Amino acid sequence: MGGAQSKRRLGPPRTRLFSWLGVLPFFLFSAAFLIGPAVILFYRSLEDPEGGFTLQFWGQLTSDTVMRAYGISVRLSLTTALLGGVFGFLLAWAVSLGALPRAVRSALTTFSGVASNFAGVPLAAAFIFTLGRVGAITALFELLGVDLYRSGFSLYSFWGLVLVYLYFQFPLMVLVMLPGLDGLKREWREAAENLGATPRQYWRKVALPVLMPSILGTMILLFGNAFGAHATAYALTGGLLPLATLLIGQQISGDVLNNPGLGYAVAVGMVMIMAIAIGIYSVLQRRSERWLG
Amino acid sequence: MTISTAPVQVGAEIPPAEPPAGRNRLFAWLIVVAGVVYFLLPLVTTGYWSLRAVKDTLGFEAYRRVFADPAFVESFSESVVNAIAAIILSLLIIVPTAYWVTLRLPRLRPVVEFITLLPFVIPAVVLVFGLIRMYGRPPLLLTRTYDSSRVLLVCAYAALSFPYMYRSVDNGLRAMDVRTLTEAAQSLGASWVTILRKVIFPNLRVALLSGALLTFAIVIGELTVALFLAQHTFGPFMANLTRSKVYEPAAMALVAFAITWAAMGLIAFLTRPRQKVAR
Repeated sequence: MGGAQSKRRLGPPRTRLFSWLGVLPFFLFSAAFLIGPAVILFYRSLEDPEGGFTLQFWGQLTSDTVMRAYGISVRLSLTTALLGGVFGFLLAWAVSLGALPRAVRSALTTFSGVASNFAGVPLAAAFIFTLGRVGAITALFELLGVDLYRSGFSLYSFWGLVLVYLYFQFPLMVLVMLPGLDGLKREWREAAENLGATPRQYWRKVALPVLMPSILGTMILLFGNAFGAHATAYALTGGLLPLATLLIGQQISGDVLNNPGLGYAVAVGMVMIMAIAIGIYSVLQRRSERWLG
Repeated sequence: MTISTAPVQVGAEIPPAEPPAGRNRLFAWLIVVAGVVYFLLPLVTTGYWSLRAVKDTLGFEAYRRVFADPAFVESFSESVVNAIAAIILSLLIIVPTAYWVTLRLPRLRPVVEFITLLPFVIPAVVLVFGLIRMYGRPPLLLTRTYDSSRVLLVCAYAALSFPYMYRSVDNGLRAMDVRTLTEAAQSLGASWVTILRKVIFPNLRVALLSGALLTFAIVIGELTVALFLAQHTFGPFMANLTRSKVYEPAAMALVAFAITWAAMGLIAFLTRPRQKVAR
């Protein structure tokens, strides 16, 4: 009894193996269902039909179909990251100001949590009922004598998708920025004021520079958030708009590119872009924690 | 997958800033009103549509039809089972790992953190592509039958929940003194399993529940992975409904919204800042 008990001791692990055993399931599972699938795609993208090594599929990424899909995806992600970032920041600023009732703030926080998770089919459906061809707002405009769809607007186009993506984009900005804005120390403002700074100067020279890494980082996070989104676009356009994620989806169901190797390369290229975005985000977030942590 | 965050109540103790100038206050209100309108408009119009299933009257016919649809009941309950299975799987993997990393292998923390962030880097559509290519051919052939594909789906969901689950559990572990609790339990003769089950798990209850609820909210209506693994779950069901019916999808969308809302509301309630002073 006593011997068995003294074996279970803290401190330096008795055997290396035993202490690794606790994390083994995690690494095995991640290898099987997270890393493995990505590595397989990478491997296949470098394999020619005879099983040899080739870079031809990576070279073909510059083909028109692929460049068009990547191009629209990047443009959509940039646009929604920028618009969602600016508006989300303003909204977070508005509630952090302290001028609004406290209830507004907690309602907005909870709502942002809901909306940032409200992607996919229901979101697409909600916008179809609002701004689709027979949507309520479309009908309202018709009553006012404006035919939205004749005048060039379409929910199933680039700008329509921007409008829909913003629904989960700027709440995410609010959620990430609010703690940052709260982290601005009172002393900084007081110190600036004592030195004779106007509110504008305080924001330009103190608050914004401190917040900037966080703002930029979160916008990059939003970029990745939009870039990897598939369900919402699929439910809304069914694949009319050639986004990179939709192209990959079509490649899964059938070889639409007539080139499986290229399909793998498109998927891996996507992972690389996401990796760069998330990488920059975490570096910037760490930097902003120095001041706001 | 879309990146999501649970609402976190921050800064409840921070004193309000000095009253801002009138112009700022007006601008703040304008921004909030614009945000609220944009948030609510799609919900209100969807709600309006969902009530119009019977001509010239407002009523709950669309909801009745959805709930009476056997395809809804089947796909929804299947999704609930999948979500619960994914949550349990994720908990069983993440809790011991986070505990172990905190207690014994702090050097591994960056590696574990990096891996748990991978679902943000590998979009769902790429993940399912890789899974199909990895398990869709001999010798594994997990995509051959509906049930084996379902296993794959649950594993994918568990993997996709890692960022939320790990962060939640890690925050929970940081909030308590793991080392002292473990030492105390050990000096009383508890085994590792007992410590995890009777000491660590109960102290992590709120953290585990938030992680589980967030996972549930994300997984319940998930479309992409289910679609390509040919699963008849709630997400694909909603997508079909949206294409084939008029009023039912509106009711459906609001139900899905209510589920997300319930999950997030519960998290906010569970993680609300506690009053330190005894009442």
